[in-house]
Amino acid sequence: MVSVPEQTRATEPAGDPAAPRHELSSGPGRVLVFVYGVFAVAATGRSLVQLGTDAGRAPFAYSLSLVAAIIYLVATTCLLLGGRRAWRVAVVSCVVELVGVLTIGVLSYVDTALFPDKTVWSHFGQGYGFLPLVLPFLGLAWLRSTRPGAQRAA
Amino acid sequence: MNQWVTGAVIVLSLVAGGSLAVLMIRDVAAQDRTFGFLAVIELVLVAQLVGGCIALGRTDRDVEGVLFVSYLVGIVLALPIGVFWSLAERTRAGTAVLLVAVLTVVALQLRLETIWGGVGA
Repeated sequence: MVSVPEQTRATEPAGDPAAPRHELSSGPGRVLVFVYGVFAVAATGRSLVQLGTDAGRAPFAYSLSLVAAIIYLVATTCLLLGGRRAWRVAVVSCVVELVGVLTIGVLSYVDTALFPDKTVWSHFGQGYGFLPLVLPFLGLAWLRSTRPGAQRAA
Repeated sequence: MNQWVTGAVIVLSLVAGGSLAVLMIRDVAAQDRTFGFLAVIELVLVAQLVGGCIALGRTDRDVEGVLFVSYLVGIVLALPIGVFWSLAERTRAGTAVLLVAVLTVVALQLRLETIWGGVGA
């Protein structure tokens, strides 16, 4: 599973000696890792079931589920790894996630024919309590407070 | 699917969630009592996994088997992973992880009911 702590040991070579090793996955980051992990598993499972059982029904929507799954997996992994490079990749994946959920959210209302079946991001993540819409903001806020060189608040 | 099991899972999880929220607000780390309570929920979930698989084998309903069983397994995994992940940090964040894990169980249980109802993915 995603939340195996052994993975947190694989930090980058000490580029910044002042940075704590588990900076991204401790404190509020710990909660974030868990939520991202749940979504990574949920989205991966969903896309695999959808693509595996009935890929022809809504190829666009199902491919998007897979994209969402990969982005959640990348974000979870980066938060677990920590370090500068992971931080940067995490920012990119959160931004892609935000753009994705907003674009797909709008598209799913505008062009319903494109979405015969739902994805994680359609209707702004309605099927998931709108968490997919909130999550990238939380992620970016957390990444902002842990940006390299920043003073840790907590 | 047994309505009583679903009811028990949801009620127990909400009680656990409520007490975890209180612990989180008071910034108190969860103790044995809380973990014992979570273990009780976990026992119900394991029983549900077994019972759910048996029920799936017997039913005539139009239930998507793979999806149903993956949810049954997923809901069993949520609490152990959450507990494991929270124990590494006995702070307010650790308690919050437990709260999220319990809420995940509630969400998955509601989805299980929907899937059993045959509404599909």
